[in-house]
Amino acid sequence: MSDPHLPSEAEIVERVQESPTIFTLRLRFTDPAEHAAYRFAPGQFNMLYLYGVGEVPISIVSDPGDEHLFDHTIRVVGRVTKGLAQLKTGDRLGIRGPYGRGWPLKEAEGRDVLIVTGGLGCAPTVSVINYVMRRRERFGQLVIIQGVKHANDLIWREQYERWSAVKDTQVLIAADVGVQLWPWHVGRITELFSMAQVESSRAVAMMCGPEGMMEVAVDHLCGRGVAENAIWLSMERSMHCAVGLCGHCQVGGKFVCKDGPVFNYPEIKTLFRAEGF
Amino acid sequence: MPGNYLPRASFQALLETLQQTGYRCVGPQLRDDAIVYDTLRHVGDLPRGIRDLQAPGQYRVEKSDCPRFFAWANGPQALKPLLFAPQEFLWKTERAADGRLRFVAAVPDAVPTAVIGVRACDLAALRLQDAHFLKDPSRDAHYAARRERLFLVAVHCTRSAPTCFCASTGDGPRAEAGFDLSLSELDDGFLVEAGSDTGRGVMARLPLEAASAGQTQTADAEIAQAAKQQTRKLPSRNLQAALFANLDHPRWVDVAERCLSCANCTSVCPTCFCHSEADQPTLDGAGSVHARQWDSCFTQGHSYIHGVTIRADTRLRYRQWLTHKLGSWHEQYGRSGCVGCGRCITWCPVGIDITEEATAICGDTTHV
Ligand SMILES: Cc1cc2nc3c(=O)[nH]c(=O)nc-3n(C[C@H](O)[C@H](O)[C@H](O)COP(=O)(O)OP(=O)(O)OC[C@H]3O[C@@H](n4cnc5c(N)ncnc54)[C@H](O)[C@@H]3O)c2cc1C
Ligand code: SF4
Ligand code: SF4
Ligand code: FES
Repeated sequence: MSDPHLPSEAEIVERVQESPTIFTLRLRFTDPAEHAAYRFAPGQFNMLYLYGVGEVPISIVSDPGDEHLFDHTIRVVGRVTKGLAQLKTGDRLGIRGPYGRGWPLKEAEGRDVLIVTGGLGCAPTVSVINYVMRRRERFGQLVIIQGVKHANDLIWREQYERWSAVKDTQVLIAADVGVQLWPWHVGRITELFSMAQVESSRAVAMMCGPEGMMEVAVDHLCGRGVAENAIWLSMERSMHCAVGLCGHCQVGGKFVCKDGPVFNYPEIKTLFRAEGF
Repeated sequence: MPGNYLPRASFQALLETLQQTGYRCVGPQLRDDAIVYDTLRHVGDLPRGIRDLQAPGQYRVEKSDCPRFFAWANGPQALKPLLFAPQEFLWKTERAADGRLRFVAAVPDAVPTAVIGVRACDLAALRLQDAHFLKDPSRDAHYAARRERLFLVAVHCTRSAPTCFCASTGDGPRAEAGFDLSLSELDDGFLVEAGSDTGRGVMARLPLEAASAGQTQTADAEIAQAAKQQTRKLPSRNLQAALFANLDHPRWVDVAERCLSCANCTSVCPTCFCHSEADQPTLDGAGSVHARQWDSCFTQGHSYIHGVTIRADTRLRYRQWLTHKLGSWHEQYGRSGCVGCGRCITWCPVGIDITEEATAICGDTTHV
């Protein structure tokens, strides 16, 4: 990354509609040298710039080993994401990044990995799942716990089915509202925690999603003996600059954009449950 | 030892030397009943015989028969707007007919500038803004370009406003470091000291005379007197633990009933760095510019993420401002974010006093 403040042009090579409100953009920097030099870690994010509208922080979901393209999975919520959804293959946008600190994947090697995600399209954890799947032998048990509001909100359903068939891998999904032939749990995600088959002493937990859900998950894990410093959370805050200057993303003394977005639980523990931070 | 006394009648020589060296001079001037910083061409534009009357929620200037240029405490601005511009362009996007985008970084607009009349609290605030904006790898090119071309002429304070409390934060009233030249103002002239090589170069070209021991003593006594005048103080220089231990203190509710969430305090505060970024179409319609402008933790949008406003009410916003300014700054930059300038007290329309709020919240739980 030459200038951390200036976007570079990227081209949409492929666009996938994942659900009515979620789409994936597969991108390539138009400058081949820049594309070749681009490196990122799972859990890091880019600022995506839509011409004339503005920038939004979006996690990188693809595998760092895929050199030809990098992917962003985006949910349409407001001004910028609605506009990004209108772009087609061949269209250009601006990218600057990668920013922030990603998941502790080296530290997790040889240990059981527990992924907890709630809400729609929790991209940051999908990057970890893909990463572990491709390097399956380096990790112990992999348990994926995901909560969605409605069963139809689950994107990449076939992938989850495929993952659940992989050895030493457990997929636990809860939908508040189920549908016919829904193979997983109907109810709240919190009802799944006790089913997770991980060895507390060798588990590393990585989570993202609504903070209320993460609070319950942290309590459960600590209650069953997972060490606080084995718990990692990806935080979301307003971000304008992504480089620790604009002040929007602060949680106490932490800048989520550069000190996070992935935090070790003890780092943010004191303010994690405090209203207004 | 060569002289270091500049008679008042020779003050214009300082401006001329700086101008000849290539600096635009900026200095305090009276505008619309407030002392503000603007381009300074002539010594006659300085606020001679003007003093300020400050109190919580009040600022007034009045004429006095004092011959001095700097016999007032401070105005609404510090150095902040000169380095961290209230609004500026960061980059421009040009879109070609085929949809290709080209991103062009804005060239920093940085004229070599000499600021006359910088106060000790302003220098302390500058060190904090430097720590924020010049930190690698996200060093801000615009701030950096202006900072590199800055020449600072400090003035030690001889008169504190009732809102000042720099002695309690350890940031004044004497300017200890970080200037190119410093001045002690006496009735007939100035004692000049250099704080850098550039400062020494400028000093060598001034028509200085020998200073007497009596003049030095008078100057020191006046600075000491300014410190003694201060009645406000913070309970401790580090309130981080005390503030975060008191997040549920009833005083937050109390202050929220008075606070208008107007963001005056953050805009006059010389250390506040928050800003927002937004795109604006260029005037010719052929592109879009990405601009930043000052923002405040008191605005609704500051903590907005889709569907959630983390700090929806004034209690949480005032608490954010105070716990950050006096608390988490220690974690980020190794000291409090308050330099005791008192501006937030003076310019708050309802006169909320940071020292009073901090004392009410932490006072009985801390020891200096
Ligand atoms: C580190 C990080 C990673 C993210 N990864 C993803 C991802 O992979 N996929 C995805 O769909 N979404 C992700 N988000 C959320 C995404 O950034 C917001 O949905 C997006 O900013 C909303 O912008 P908008 O203009 O469409 O919405 P509007 O509601 O119109 O937002 C206006 C402005 O508010 C701010 N804003 C609003 N919501 C958020 C938010 N949730 N987070 C930060 N700023 C916000 C932005 O400045 C935005 O431009 C991530 C957020 C963060 C902080
Ligand atoms: S918090 Fe108030 S007194 Fe302290 S530096 Fe900022 S404006 Fe000055
Ligand atoms: S403390 Fe005063 S200046 Fe600051 S937001 Fe509240 S009313 Fe405005
Ligand atoms: S996004 Fe600007 S400081 Fe973190």
